[in-house]
Amino acid sequence: MKSLPVKNLIRKPGRTAALMLLTAFLALAVFGGSLVVLSLRQGLNSLEARLGADIIVVPSEAQSKVSFQNMFLQGTTGAFYMDAENLKRVREIEGVEKAAPQIFLASLKADCCSVKIQVIGFDPQADFTVQPWIAQSYARELGEMDVVVGCKVEAGVGEILRIYDQRCKVVGRLAATGTGLDTAVYCNLDTIRLLLQAAEEKGVSHKVTSDSAADQVSAIYVKVKVGYDVGRVNTAIQGHTRKASAVRTRSMITDVSDSLAGISRTVTGLIGAVWVLAFLILLIAFAMIIRERRREFAVLRLAGMSRRMLSGLILRETALCSLLGGVLGVCAAALLAFPFATLIETALGLPYLTPDLRTVALLAAAAVAAAGIVGSLASAGAAWRLSRVDPGTILREGA
Amino acid sequence: MSLLELKNVSKIYGDLKALDSVNIHVDQGEWVAIMGPSGSGKSTMMNIIGCMDKPTIGEVLLDGVDISKESSKKLTDIRRDKIGLIFQQFHMVNYLTAVENVMVSQYYHSMPDEEEALEALGRVGLRERARHLPSQLSGGEQQRVCVARALINHPELILADEPTGNLDEANENIVLDLFAQLHKEGTTLIVVTHDPEVAEAAQRTIVLEHGRVAREIINENFGKKKQGPHVPCFRISGRR
Repeated sequence: MKSLPVKNLIRKPGRTAALMLLTAFLALAVFGGSLVVLSLRQGLNSLEARLGADIIVVPSEAQSKVSFQNMFLQGTTGAFYMDAENLKRVREIEGVEKAAPQIFLASLKADCCSVKIQVIGFDPQADFTVQPWIAQSYARELGEMDVVVGCKVEAGVGEILRIYDQRCKVVGRLAATGTGLDTAVYCNLDTIRLLLQAAEEKGVSHKVTSDSAADQVSAIYVKVKVGYDVGRVNTAIQGHTRKASAVRTRSMITDVSDSLAGISRTVTGLIGAVWVLAFLILLIAFAMIIRERRREFAVLRLAGMSRRMLSGLILRETALCSLLGGVLGVCAAALLAFPFATLIETALGLPYLTPDLRTVALLAAAAVAAAGIVGSLASAGAAWRLSRVDPGTILREGA
Repeated sequence: MSLLELKNVSKIYGDLKALDSVNIHVDQGEWVAIMGPSGSGKSTMMNIIGCMDKPTIGEVLLDGVDISKESSKKLTDIRRDKIGLIFQQFHMVNYLTAVENVMVSQYYHSMPDEEEALEALGRVGLRERARHLPSQLSGGEQQRVCVARALINHPELILADEPTGNLDEANENIVLDLFAQLHKEGTTLIVVTHDPEVAEAAQRTIVLEHGRVAREIINENFGKKKQGPHVPCFRISGRR
């Protein structure tokens, strides 16, 4: 008899399914919405960590931060170059603690290349942004023609990637960042210069500022010394470099952060609206269902069930139904959110990094619990009112 | 020995007196029918005796306890422990099987015992239908399940409100035979009915009119096997 709520739910499949769908909708909204917002926050944090510099110097032709930002956020490929002399000049500026060059190369969607990707060459001696990240998955020094690939590049460790007909060996795969960097390939400066040379030989024109590939860089990552004003150092860099723009990474982050805040507000508003609406629907639904079942409950009361037991029975039944609906909603949200994460990322145009399993599990548990609580709350009023009505009165109605 | 006694019981709703200074007593083991036209106060009396309502004025002594003064919780306990209720409209829990419907009463009274519940269904001739849902049972069968449910906890009083009102003649006879058996076993029965033939099966009939006891009728043929069509044979013992 303790399984009365279960029996009722099983033997009234239509009603149970309708209630479960309502609570599933609630859980789907809260779990799915929260997962998207959390993934965007994680993506932003990851972007911040990956940039790791206070200032990034790029050629003026890179249209300032716009195309550069797209590489980070959406994984678009691109290449732009400036005179390596700029690196020396930046290093001489007061307040600059570290300055590390990177060279970019975009591979082609052609026979000479396995896949169209962004290749990023960095200087292991000077680098302070990429190296710590790579060290998490590949601890040794990168050799010539060794590459480490982002998590979205379809190449396993030990496989060979062909870039401009050069065979590059994949020695490591990086952890997901949720940014455009996940679609990039990393190598040292020697390798990227060989690849640049190979690209030139294939007739792929790069905007090289001098004859030698050794005299060009695509970006300079700058870390400012503690105690120095980043804005002033940025201005100094602008004044001392040629055909280059200095971009404060904070401004890139701020733009992304502003977009994220907007999306966050919209999603939170939508979740709130769904909850209010679903709560009202549940309130009406439970009131109607409990009214329809007054006679059944009156029989149980006459059989000796106390008011408290009756309220408990109704609450157990609705909580069970709501929790099952919650699990259903979370599963549905997971089925939508995880396989379509890339689509969501592309649609939003923002860094998107799914939280770790523990966080997802906690979020799922919270969504299920919330659905259960809301379902129980929605039925509590009707259950209390019914428990106050005399069972004899109910059974007399229409007798 | 008196099991139930109503002393000057009135139930007043605004200007309406549903019961007006009613005095009755029912002995232990007695089978009493309560008759009367619509609005005569039958259902009000049934609800008061069944601990589902309280009188406005007067005392209701059930097994020596004045239930008119008890709290709602205490009335629930008394109803559960002493009274078996049967209604015209069966009122089964529609998602429970016949045996589960019987076990519901056991659960809130003591401990569910499926074998005992099956035995109770056996007594009403429905052991083979024990696993059927109410929707799979005829009206007569549903009412017999309700009888089994009412008697499962061996109540001192079976209180039936128009128990044959929705039944055909064959099922009415089955239910009345069941009542006769229960009566033989010493169970006290109070049956509220419109039907003179159902009232005729009882030892005594109390007739209500306008909330008052109009008369009491002793059935002189009580206990005699009916032969052919019923010929009511009543002896009027009082008029108010």
